[in-house]
Amino acid sequence: MKDLFTIALVWSTIRLATPLVLAALGGLFSERSGIINIALEGKMLAGAFTAAAVTYAADAKLGLGPASPWLGLLAGMGAGLLIAIIYAVVCIRYKADQVVSGTAINILMLGVPGFLSGAFFLSSGSTPQIPKEQLIPTTPIMIALALVPITWYVLYRTPFGLRLRSVGENPEAADAAGVSVARMRYAGVLLAGVLAGIGGAYLSIGQSSLFTRNMTSGRGFIALAALIFGKWRPVQTMLACLLFGFTEAISIQMQGVVKFGGEDIPVQFIQMVPYLLTIIVLAGFIGSSRPPRSLGIPYEKEK
Amino acid sequence: MNLLRQLLFPMIAVAAAFLVGGIMVLIVGDSPFEAYRLLLGSALSWPDGIGYTLFYATPLIFTGLAVLVALRCGLLNIGAEGQLYTAAFATAWVGIKLAAFPSLLLVLLCCLTAIVVGGLWGAIPGVLKARFGSHEVINTIMLNFVAVALVSYFTQYYYKIPGDPILQTVPVSGGAHIARLGKFIPGLPERIPLNLAFIMALLACGFVYLFLWRTKWGYEIRATGANPTAAEYGGISVRKQIILAMAVSGALAGMVGINEVLGYRYRYYDGFSANYGFTGIAVALLGRNHPAGVLLSAILFGMLIRGGIFVDAFTNNVTKDLVDVLQGMVILFVAAEALFRGPFGRFGLLKRSKV
Amino acid sequence: MLWESNSTYKTYKTSKTLLQLRNITKHFGAVVANDQVNIKVEPATIHAIVGENGAGKSTAMRIAYGFYTADSGEIVIDGKVRDIKNPHDAIALGVGMVHQHFMLVDTMTVAENIILGAEPGNQTALDLSRAKAEIRKLSEEFKLAVNPNSLIENLSVGQQQRVELLKALYRHARLLILDEPTAVLTPQEVEEFFAILRRMREQGKTVIIITHKLSEVLAISDEVTVMRDGKVVGRLPTQKTDAAELARLMVGREVLLRVEKEDAKVGSIELQVKDLSVTAADGAKRVNQVSFEVRRGEIVGIAGVEGNGQTELIEALAGLVEPARISGQIRFEDKNITRFNARSRRELAIAHIPEDRHRRGLLLDFTLEENSILGVHYREPIVAYAGHVFLDQEEMRSRAMEILEGFDVRPANPELPARSLSGGNQQKLIIGREFVLHPRLLLVSQPTRGVDIGAIEFIHRRLVQLRDGGCAVLLVSAELEEVTSLSDRLLIIHQGRIVGEVDPKIATVEEIGLLMTRGH
Repeated sequence: MKDLFTIALVWSTIRLATPLVLAALGGLFSERSGIINIALEGKMLAGAFTAAAVTYAADAKLGLGPASPWLGLLAGMGAGLLIAIIYAVVCIRYKADQVVSGTAINILMLGVPGFLSGAFFLSSGSTPQIPKEQLIPTTPIMIALALVPITWYVLYRTPFGLRLRSVGENPEAADAAGVSVARMRYAGVLLAGVLAGIGGAYLSIGQSSLFTRNMTSGRGFIALAALIFGKWRPVQTMLACLLFGFTEAISIQMQGVVKFGGEDIPVQFIQMVPYLLTIIVLAGFIGSSRPPRSLGIPYEKEK
Repeated sequence: MNLLRQLLFPMIAVAAAFLVGGIMVLIVGDSPFEAYRLLLGSALSWPDGIGYTLFYATPLIFTGLAVLVALRCGLLNIGAEGQLYTAAFATAWVGIKLAAFPSLLLVLLCCLTAIVVGGLWGAIPGVLKARFGSHEVINTIMLNFVAVALVSYFTQYYYKIPGDPILQTVPVSGGAHIARLGKFIPGLPERIPLNLAFIMALLACGFVYLFLWRTKWGYEIRATGANPTAAEYGGISVRKQIILAMAVSGALAGMVGINEVLGYRYRYYDGFSANYGFTGIAVALLGRNHPAGVLLSAILFGMLIRGGIFVDAFTNNVTKDLVDVLQGMVILFVAAEALFRGPFGRFGLLKRSKV
Repeated sequence: MLWESNSTYKTYKTSKTLLQLRNITKHFGAVVANDQVNIKVEPATIHAIVGENGAGKSTAMRIAYGFYTADSGEIVIDGKVRDIKNPHDAIALGVGMVHQHFMLVDTMTVAENIILGAEPGNQTALDLSRAKAEIRKLSEEFKLAVNPNSLIENLSVGQQQRVELLKALYRHARLLILDEPTAVLTPQEVEEFFAILRRMREQGKTVIIITHKLSEVLAISDEVTVMRDGKVVGRLPTQKTDAAELARLMVGREVLLRVEKEDAKVGSIELQVKDLSVTAADGAKRVNQVSFEVRRGEIVGIAGVEGNGQTELIEALAGLVEPARISGQIRFEDKNITRFNARSRRELAIAHIPEDRHRRGLLLDFTLEENSILGVHYREPIVAYAGHVFLDQEEMRSRAMEILEGFDVRPANPELPARSLSGGNQQKLIIGREFVLHPRLLLVSQPTRGVDIGAIEFIHRRLVQLRDGGCAVLLVSAELEEVTSLSDRLLIIHQGRIVGEVDPKIATVEEIGLLMTRGH
């Protein structure tokens, strides 16, 4: 039991939680404005792939050395942003069903990175390895940490946050008050794209040194679960991400088997914990879970 | 005329997706015509092309029907993935444990298991929604992960061949196999895995149609999906319909296990599903939520999967990821129906139907 | 009448007309909501715009507020043509609007709601203390008492309305447009509300109220514009007109909704309600210890201002309210059916015509045929063959045609989607569907809302016919004319209680009106 709580574990938790925090806070902005963000997974993948590809290209092809990962990070943000724009236009302008569109984006992002890397790098879905010096393992963690109080402040203490929240709760009222519902929702979704892009970039050029197919393997959904678990509030969401990061850290550390009071617990059960917890929270067993009221409903002016 | 109208829109979506895909092929330096020729040609050849196309289409018919039934009740079932995994594993389990049973009975029991287990796993999010009001989208996604972990655990610890590096169970009893169609169709070799499950899938289409449009239960499900407040007024228990629809949906998804375990690999093979659950959503939407449409869409997607392999092997730069790209684009275009309504709405060609 | 007549009408001959709508036309699809509408409003007046539901009043004002854009026509403010593309533009010109359904965010505070869209401070920080100070000042000035820190969801309706008014005043509105402002107020609150309006006028503000309540128009306004079917049909100084003339302009003919009927032949008790209470989700009692009976062969009417518990009462009687929220007893033919669900009640031949036909009564995307079996879809004769599972297509068709032809539903094509029918025909379909059950008790709410004149007469006749056939009918209607002319006995409901019973043949409008609005 004592082995469990080492410094290594804490550090591991933070590292694993970072992409979750980034994606979840991005998702928070989107969902608080009323747009469900199932596509966090796809946005992370876009960010991860683009960051890795650009970093590699900058380093190996353009010889930009230490500047490469920063370029990659920027590119990752840009990719997330691009995907977000597509998602936003489809959902806001064309009022498509948000869950269906999000699923479409996720499926697309399974294929597009592989498609592109097959073409550019002649590989079967991964980007080439990037040398260790050109990785940015700590910066995204700092960003994630700083983002929590910033998000709280923006959401509750600025006009932007006030308008965003009103659009998510009662878009008609916001519209009547002169707030542009579409504009706020675009802002929310684009922010989600940028932040998820950073989260994805961290995976490929921070935590590891390349991009592999379906690298996120569900982290976007876990981030969504953390958001729900955290009741769409910044601090609680971060705590949820830490919890989920912790379970992942344990399952890795213990190499398949967790010793708990002398008994072996298969890793699969540890893996299940965050998902089961989310289901329980969503059912309202742990406090009341009330999402933003207009979540998932496209806004149309009624007669 | 109405039928033509219904068909027009999906065709436009597919055409648009192919157009975008073609542009992407161009970007990476290959010829779109060549790529698509390979794709379609390899999908429609006889016997391998058509055989494999229909084989790949089989699980998609099941998941497409699953999504369809749920959608008709106003629910989005993203959990087909988890439902088919639990069902497939359970089917294999029965096939292993009850090996002593006579073949016909064993096959029947295995099929029943697939249906019942899938139905139960599908009913869970149904109950959660009916009882607690929690949204089925998140719950089904979460249950997918739980299912995968659960089934992987059982496979690894109890049913694996010791020393086998692949995560799969021991084979099921020979009595649990169902025949390949090659046995009945001249010219179709038995090495092609197209099996009786495909026939079951066709029957399932018919069953879903009858169920939804010709029985009182189907009427109640559709009424709930159309307007739950009015359904309640008409004496329908909305909660019961939610659970029923999700259970039927899960049962249909579970039938994928029959194809996989009894007709193809004859064991449970961890991770066998190539996103059948998610693709099922595309199939249902493209098929305009009608069993006949689902059948056609599933075959189309089966063609894409089959053709994708060839495109990957025989072009310079295009990989089979092209298939995912095309799939994703199709869903996107179907979802953004409004995109197309502008230029066509004037002619009254495209009716806005409730997805 | 009920309130003092308005006697102060100042003329500002020197000032320009504040607001003018010139030849405004607006379509929603095929429906012409506004047809060459011309409205003129003078400054520092209270101007009423009246008309029936669907006359186009809200649409015209929403155009003035920028919520909608007109297809053609001009908006003139202070003598200059203005381009108002959204509420932002309107607010900048000093126009504020309070909608019929309040546009407030429940989970935010009063202050947050008031400043939304016009936040003090800069982009990086909300200056909430400055906001609250200004709100307090306005509260004082206009006597709109409200606590800036309260959450909207904890406020009463009257208080929420004050927040809405403050929202407009906070943005320095000179012209306030109020859409059906008294629809959800208690009579006490209405009095307070009128006092607020008078104070605003004193302070030089201009007010437009959209309403269909003639008594209020006569009590508070200086001028009134009448609209009918999307057109303006009259503009008069209030002092120079009366309720009869306004009603005539609104409806277009002598209002004569008297229904010809014989005396009721009353039989045994079908429905007995004892001490029935219905609690809403927020704990408030919407129906409070109500008791009454309905006998065979009579129509019992319930009159009352909308929102006084009628909806909840009918829904409870129809079996559409969770038993946990009901206390008391509902007895049908001497059986206690309080815990019965909607299906069981229909099986007992209790039929229900709901007040909201789109939400409750129809499956709009289904065909007329499929709609005509709603409620009986699971039993014979609709269901046949093995195990009573399959729908008998022939039976469905014959029942559908029975309803469509017997109840004058046009077009009588069973394969059309219900959505394609007009409101009147949809209502006739629903009525037919319930009538062919040969009900012993009929619960009917707002039977002719949004229905054209021809259909109204048809529906009234059929209701009386049903009564004559021995059915017990409980009728709820917001149209006083309708409920007084159809009912044999008339109950009045006020804040969830039955506050009186009158003989509709004898009782005066004043008597009924007082019970409806005052409760005694």
